[in-house]
Amino acid sequence: MTGLPRAKTLGLVGCHACRLVCAPPAAHDDSRCPRCGTPLHQRQPHSLARAWALLLAGVIFYVPANLLPVMHTNMLGSGSDSTILEGVIEFWQSGSYGIALVIFIASVAVPCSKFLILGLLLLTAQRRSGWARHERTRLYRLVELVGYWSMLDVVVVGVVAGLVKFQALADIEPRLGILFFGAVVILTMLAAMQFDPRLIWDGETHERNS
Amino acid sequence: MVSPRRRLSVMWIVPTLAALIGLSMLVHAWSSEGPTITIAFKTAEGLEAGKTPVKYKAVTVGTVTAVDLSKDGSHVVASVALMKNAASLLRTDTRFWVVRPRIGMGGVSGIDTLLSGSYIAVDRGVERGFAKAYTGLEMPPTIIHDVPGTSFTIYADDLGSLDIGSPVYYRHMQVGHIASYRLDADGRRFNLQIFVNAPYDRLVTKGARFWNASGIDVSLGADGLKLNTQSLATVMAGGIAFATPTGGVSTPASAQTTYALAKDEAAAMAPSDGPAQFLQLRFENSLRGLSVGAPVQFAGMDIGHVTSIDLDYNAAAHRFPTLVGIEIFPSRLGGVTTRLPTYQGDQEQQAAQFLASLVAHGLRAQARAGNLLTGQLYIAIDFVPNAPPIAFDMQARPIVLPTVNGSFDQMQEQIASIVAKVNKMPLESIGRHLDASLGELNGTLGQINGELLPATTRTMQTLQRTLGTVQGTFADDAPLPQHITETLLEVQRTARSLRTLTDLLGRHPESLLLGTPNDAKPTANTKEEPTH
Repeated sequence: MTGLPRAKTLGLVGCHACRLVCAPPAAHDDSRCPRCGTPLHQRQPHSLARAWALLLAGVIFYVPANLLPVMHTNMLGSGSDSTILEGVIEFWQSGSYGIALVIFIASVAVPCSKFLILGLLLLTAQRRSGWARHERTRLYRLVELVGYWSMLDVVVVGVVAGLVKFQALADIEPRLGILFFGAVVILTMLAAMQFDPRLIWDGETHERNS
Repeated sequence: MVSPRRRLSVMWIVPTLAALIGLSMLVHAWSSEGPTITIAFKTAEGLEAGKTPVKYKAVTVGTVTAVDLSKDGSHVVASVALMKNAASLLRTDTRFWVVRPRIGMGGVSGIDTLLSGSYIAVDRGVERGFAKAYTGLEMPPTIIHDVPGTSFTIYADDLGSLDIGSPVYYRHMQVGHIASYRLDADGRRFNLQIFVNAPYDRLVTKGARFWNASGIDVSLGADGLKLNTQSLATVMAGGIAFATPTGGVSTPASAQTTYALAKDEAAAMAPSDGPAQFLQLRFENSLRGLSVGAPVQFAGMDIGHVTSIDLDYNAAAHRFPTLVGIEIFPSRLGGVTTRLPTYQGDQEQQAAQFLASLVAHGLRAQARAGNLLTGQLYIAIDFVPNAPPIAFDMQARPIVLPTVNGSFDQMQEQIASIVAKVNKMPLESIGRHLDASLGELNGTLGQINGELLPATTRTMQTLQRTLGTVQGTFADDAPLPQHITETLLEVQRTARSLRTLTDLLGRHPESLLLGTPNDAKPTANTKEEPTH
């Protein structure tokens, strides 16, 4: 595979909308695909910058998502707010190990690992490092697949708040924290979408050439 | 085209926005943080870290953040985080106490108050200055500064279902509540502090009467079944009610006036009983159904109650008569007490002399059945006609009133005498005689059946035949009537002829000898038929 030429050296660009292989006339930035008319880009423009921005915003929002309460439970007149971790602990202590585990994985493990993986990918892509390229690709695919499963916690809160409406006996309401948590999930999803995975492999030519 | 742009991507707005939001939230939370104070309590019962609210005028102004034991373990320290706008409540003499609510404090206000936890109530002080550490009160204070109203003291023999927060009613409307209670030093009664809100505190007059209006008042006594309740709240929560009896003093009472708590409305509103007179009664028969507290009635009016029932021993007759102690209140008789004759001496001597004159006229005490269903007895003091005279000892203390058997007992005696009389009748010999008579009657009847009846039957048959014959004789077509008719006709003719003859003889008497004259013609007077 190393003997094959790269599109860049041949001056070819693939249209990301209709997949037509085009040969742009000059090193222009605003050439368009002759077939569908979408602007041509060799790599996603500002991929790293955008991905960093979104990742950073996600990390910033993760703080209030964990500190602010996500749910307000009113049981027989005594109401209490609970954050994500408090909810996990409560479920664990009351014996619902499965639910506690699921919420922990979906709300704590997955977002944190996404932050770490995306950070790693962006860092290594920025420095054009050639370390563990295959593994990094796999990590990227994992992040993409698993990303939206964090929404599970938001769905749980929404369903529970919608179902448990027994007036004075039991009443559950969502609180601001879940909004921030939803924003974190969306921002990390967008960050993963913004990252162009081809950047992982960009340094390879230099290595081979150097 | 891989060359990185030097221009800053528009996307960086997103994290800056996020940072701004986070920062503003932080600043807002920090700036709206109110003061934190510590309150020391004897016990942390009802306090829960992070949950127990602090309320002022029913508005949550803070939360208990932590509950810890003090260093020497003698009391509990609760850390409270107040809201910013509640900082003005903190004065040096601000008071805190834990309110542990009950079912229906002032009313059944919903299931959430039934089960929601205690809270800490605040009473803002008046002195200027702030403090950080407070000592909580164990009992709610009697005077709460900001609520207008007046406090009063009520003495109660027993608490019943009353508690802090129990409502105080006036004409079934809640006008106040019980602020606190404590047992007197000698442990004999309770000292209740009630707080009546303005403007109803002026309804509490000097002559007001308070009574315990808790629950449902059911009484089944000698005078029937009574059921009374103040409101549903008092059924569950207990309460006190008050009213001024008509004619009572109506000037508003000043703060901390003391009142006594009566058992129920009737007891409270009843005019005061006046002095009591103790009497003793001695009954020979058993008084099953008489209980302490049973009413004593005179001339149909309730004038007292039974205070004690004891047994006495009569060694001579080996019997155990019953000694009943009663307490009567002469003032319950009403206005008639002014018309009674007065005597010399103290109250006991006067009573003894008065009773002596009445006893001489037949005043006796009786135990009568008040309720045949339950067998309850009551004491009735009445004039008994034809009562045998009994010596009345005026000097005996306690004064002993003579007794007679109750009407039920008398009925029993009468029944007993009837039974004795019935017993005395010679029922056996009557029976034997009756038996013999019946046997003879039997024989007689047999005789009648065997002889008399057939004879009668034959007679009847003969009579029947005779009547048939007679009937046949007098039938229309029988020969006899025809013969009789013909005979009568003949007789009639004969009689006519005879009349003619006598007529002729009368006119011509000589015709008897000479014969009929020729000119003797039948006259037109006589109706005659041509004779042949």
